[in-house]
Amino acid sequence: MTEPSGDVLLEISDLSLEFRTYRGPIKALNGVSLNVRAGEIVGIVGESGCGKSVTMMAATRLLPKGSAHITGGGIRLFGNDPMTLSERELQHVRGRLVSTIFQEPMNALNPTRRIGEQIVEVIRRHQRLDKAAATSKASGLLRDMLISEPERIMQAYPFELSGGMRQRVLIAMAFSCEPKLIIADEPTTALDVTVQALILGLIKHKAMSTGTAVVFISHDMAVVSQLCDRLYVLYAGRVAEAGTTESVLAAPAHPYTRALIRCLPGLAPPKQPLEQIPGTLPDLLDPPAGCLFRARCREANDRCVSVPPLAAMEPARRAACWRRIEETQAA
Amino acid sequence: MTQPPLLSVEDLEVRYRVTSGWFGGADVHAVNGVSFSVAEGETVGIVGESGCGKTTLGQAILGLTDISAGAIKLRGTERDRARRSQLQIIFQDPQSSLDPRLPVWRLITEPLHIRGGYTRKQLIGRATELAVSVGLRPEHVDRYPHEFSGGQRQRIAIARALAVEPALLVLDEPTSALDVSVQAQIVNLLLSLQAERKLSYVLISHDVSLVRHVADRVAVMYLGQIVEEGPTLDVLDAPRHPYTKTLLDAVPSFDRPLTSIAPRAGELPSNRTLPTGCFFRERCPSATTGCELPQVLAPADGLRAVRCHLVTRATDTAVPRTAPRPVFSSPNDAIA
Repeated sequence: MTEPSGDVLLEISDLSLEFRTYRGPIKALNGVSLNVRAGEIVGIVGESGCGKSVTMMAATRLLPKGSAHITGGGIRLFGNDPMTLSERELQHVRGRLVSTIFQEPMNALNPTRRIGEQIVEVIRRHQRLDKAAATSKASGLLRDMLISEPERIMQAYPFELSGGMRQRVLIAMAFSCEPKLIIADEPTTALDVTVQALILGLIKHKAMSTGTAVVFISHDMAVVSQLCDRLYVLYAGRVAEAGTTESVLAAPAHPYTRALIRCLPGLAPPKQPLEQIPGTLPDLLDPPAGCLFRARCREANDRCVSVPPLAAMEPARRAACWRRIEETQAA
Repeated sequence: MTQPPLLSVEDLEVRYRVTSGWFGGADVHAVNGVSFSVAEGETVGIVGESGCGKTTLGQAILGLTDISAGAIKLRGTERDRARRSQLQIIFQDPQSSLDPRLPVWRLITEPLHIRGGYTRKQLIGRATELAVSVGLRPEHVDRYPHEFSGGQRQRIAIARALAVEPALLVLDEPTSALDVSVQAQIVNLLLSLQAERKLSYVLISHDVSLVRHVADRVAVMYLGQIVEEGPTLDVLDAPRHPYTKTLLDAVPSFDRPLTSIAPRAGELPSNRTLPTGCFFRERCPSATTGCELPQVLAPADGLRAVRCHLVTRATDTAVPRTAPRPVFSSPNDAIA
């Protein structure tokens, strides 16, 4: 992976974050580094609790102020540290430069207002357009989402629409202010596969035609493989592996990525036991020292008691694993 | 005479009365004439999108929902109350299917507790035995559900289902709430329990790769009907019904780029008033004359049955798979 060039939209370096709870601090992120450049689609994959949503919510400062505390590292979003921005500046960044598509579209829409009003409100808040211009823009955006009767949909309330239709409305909204970066947090997890295929196609097509960068958060490796140029695999609040999608999936370097791909039922012969990852996620109240995957890793050795750096493997790949680092040095 | 199958579902219909509106209620036609059977030790997979009636079907098999027409038979005779314990269910979300106030030994032996006639000591002993058989540790039986991870909770739910020595388990999305690494553990457990205990499974899932891995036979449901049924690999590797093809094309895959997927825009028709003719007609890429007539599930090649006159009329000549259309060829294709 090359050094981030000038068009880096988001750069997170060695970010550590904890949630203070009555049981003690939960160390949700333990040194996450990633970057997103203009126009690319970046996937963040991992199991629940690995920090994929928290990382992106920290980047847009959407985490609750009282409980979430950044304990190390930094975030640069369009060259600014979101933690130092004023509320007003933050509003500008969130609407104009970054927007987020959440998993559950019903929760992201106001149930008491018509779809059209909600889209027009977003457009007019960030762009100098009169109501008629904003309305026609909204209808064009919905049409881009393959909604054939946008006028009818704009008159509807959220409860009148299906989940897939609501998600299309939210994607239209996310693109409405022509942001440079869209964060899609499991946007298709609540949907059926046929609708999911459509939504993924819409996101990819719209992002490519407008040159918008997308961070796509998902637990589904197959979805990510179809959509993303590059991906980051997270484990227990740390990047285990990063690289281009093809290279990571074709030859995963980190033992966790390997196991994650191999335990999928689609790849094993029917009825044969699936490869399983023994044990469970480490307790983030008291994470073990060294490599966080060590206790579940079949390749672990003495070196793994210290934290492995995210080291370059081949031109397009980095992995945080002492074994791979040894092999690279030997080669 | 041949042995009757362990479970047979015959022309099952389930309608729900929904009370809304000023002019009385409407009926939701959840299951519309489903027939299938499960042999001893066999796994039948039921796949379909949300709202296709697969969960209702599973609940009807157990007797958790009333049936409107048809029959459910256990070894050839009507399933009665006394023999319902032969059938057990595993739900999707072990968080909500386990009572948080009961210790694990009570949860596991709840079915025996209801049956009565056991001492506390016997129940704890039995719970420990079952807990160990699903991969929990003996000391776990004194703990409460909140102390366990999702995968362990699903193990508790499995142990509870096994407490009454059932012949068949309905698995309703058993791994959908779990992470992939844990999903593999539960799938392996289910496979080994089946081998040990000669269990039959009805596996209800939207996850095609899971069904492909576990099931011997598969039934694809659309709007409360089975549209295609047959040996798992036949159906999932060479689908014949247009809906099965649409569904399988949409499943995300490592070796297929997104752009080659041609999902039919549009959504499941309402199950308040059923469509006339073929239920899939509106969304079907190969709809033609004859589709306005009701379709029957008729034998096609091999052991497969398909509910499509285009397939069953020309049984021996394989229907060519429709060429994938690019998603964005024509924005007017969308059905709002």
